[in-house]
Amino acid sequence: MAADPYPSVTRRPVAWSTPLTYALALAVAAVSIAPVVYVIIGGFRTTPQIIADPAGLPDPWVWDNYVRVLTQSDFWKQALNSAVIALGTTVGVVVLGVCAAFVLARYTFRGREGLYTFFTLGLLFPSGAAILPLYLMLRDLTLINSYYAVILPQIAFSLPLTIVILRPFLSAIPRELEDAAAIDGAGRLGFLWRILLPLSRPALVTVGVLAFVASWNAFLLPLLVLGDVDLHTLPLGVQNFSSQYTSDTAGILAFTSLAMLPALLFFTFAEKQIVGGLQGAVKG
Amino acid sequence: MTSTNPTLSPAGGADAPPAGLRPNRHSSLRAAQTRRKWYEIIGLTLPAVIVYVMFVLVPMGFAVYYSLFRWRGIGPPTDYVGFDNYVLAFQDPIFLDALRNNAIIVVGSLVVQGPIALAVALLLNRRFRGRAVFRLLVFVPYVLAEVTAGIMWKLLLTDNGTVDALLRSLGLGSLVRAWLADLDVVIWTMLFVLTWKYVGFAIILLLAGLSNVPQELTEAAAIDGASWWQTQRHVMLPLLGPTIRIWMFLSMIGSLQAFEVIWVTSVPAVRSLGASATMATYMVDNGFFARLWGYGNAVAVILFVISFVAALLFQRFLLRRDIEGAVTGRVN
Repeated sequence: MAADPYPSVTRRPVAWSTPLTYALALAVAAVSIAPVVYVIIGGFRTTPQIIADPAGLPDPWVWDNYVRVLTQSDFWKQALNSAVIALGTTVGVVVLGVCAAFVLARYTFRGREGLYTFFTLGLLFPSGAAILPLYLMLRDLTLINSYYAVILPQIAFSLPLTIVILRPFLSAIPRELEDAAAIDGAGRLGFLWRILLPLSRPALVTVGVLAFVASWNAFLLPLLVLGDVDLHTLPLGVQNFSSQYTSDTAGILAFTSLAMLPALLFFTFAEKQIVGGLQGAVKG
Repeated sequence: MTSTNPTLSPAGGADAPPAGLRPNRHSSLRAAQTRRKWYEIIGLTLPAVIVYVMFVLVPMGFAVYYSLFRWRGIGPPTDYVGFDNYVLAFQDPIFLDALRNNAIIVVGSLVVQGPIALAVALLLNRRFRGRAVFRLLVFVPYVLAEVTAGIMWKLLLTDNGTVDALLRSLGLGSLVRAWLADLDVVIWTMLFVLTWKYVGFAIILLLAGLSNVPQELTEAAAIDGASWWQTQRHVMLPLLGPTIRIWMFLSMIGSLQAFEVIWVTSVPAVRSLGASATMATYMVDNGFFARLWGYGNAVAVILFVISFVAALLFQRFLLRRDIEGAVTGRVN
């Protein structure tokens, strides 16, 4: 039996299985987003409608729930708190992470590998386990009920992964570029600022996006350290709203939809970066 | 060193010093360079080191210290009780339930999510129109906040809620349970919600791993007459090994710490009976809300030690080859 000279071999399985592929892909996608779609649509119904027929469609569609959440609840204040904390965390992680990863990638000095291992150890420290002593420490530092109480620990716990992702990226940039920059009179810091950072923008965006999403979604740390209702973030707000107005199912659905909208939009734009970042992490 | 050469050479070229002075000046310049290098190293790494030590390492140290006291969190701890808190934890049936639940979540996540994620990743790695959209949709649960996902499922799973109505309309009414209140069922409900939430993460990782497989390999397999299935089984799967192991590692650590989804979805009363408690919810319930700080910190240390030992064992036996680069750092 001679080898098939036609490359159609590669096509054949695709031809018969395409409908099957679509069917499976549709089923998987449906399971993933059906609950989300249900919540968003449910926000357009009234609570009596939902109780009478939990799985039905809005009839008629009502905007009242969404309007109510946007005008009467603390939604905007909480969204602002979430944004400030997530931005602060992202900036902190990127700045501190770049500085440390730069040194670990482009300086040769005694103890470098030791320092790197010291940071990677942090990957083994689960932030959940440290939450009680963390709370006590923040209380002693009188940082409780401030943005810093969330931002600083979040930066600390994101640093190990950030450094692990950034270091190979920064050290992969050819030495010749550094030499060329030196000839042009740039010191090492000038090289970092003018050449390395612009070149490593994709990696920076990746670590930034990962830190931002993690911070935006965080719940446990804000739950413990932000007792002040005025500082509550969106995840806390969703939780409070749902336990405060248990009978207002439609309102909870609307609030939940609005709270997940930013994350969904953000993800739609940044999907490539997230996947790319994880890809880098997998390569090691 | 190279970077400071240019500042050196004009000086050396313009007023070339007598030969005898040269080594001396050279060495003092060198010392200045070295000093400068160390200033830069310290200046650039110190902020990261301080934040990392202060908020990651120091708290764990304090946890060990506090765990040896009976302490309500007011004033300094004085009532030293040795390892009593640890003994108490392992004598509390609720904590043992929490341990069992964590074990169910660790094993259940691996066994359920692994095969699903593998199948979906291989599927979405094929070329078909609209693939990008499908990928996006599959990742949606993963980017939702745990709290949002938890509240969503709590509403869907309430008695006579949407899930029940859906099952009845499909003629499966006999399957309906009190998903969040039945003490024997609730942990499996939690496992279901966690699977829905995190399987997307496994899929993202596996897709990333698949995209690293050079296309030449699948083409070569196709030229050798391998069917799609054979290619997946004998080419893709072995090459995905490292990615699968990294996912298993992350999933295991995440499962041991499971908190948010369970905290939000399950009713506190059910949790306090142990039916849906995990180590982390038990720790926060007892340490933070019941103000048993010494005891809570002991649970934190147990949680930490279990995670740490599991991570080390996993690394030692399964992960060594995969992250050798990351930990020993082959940087040129």
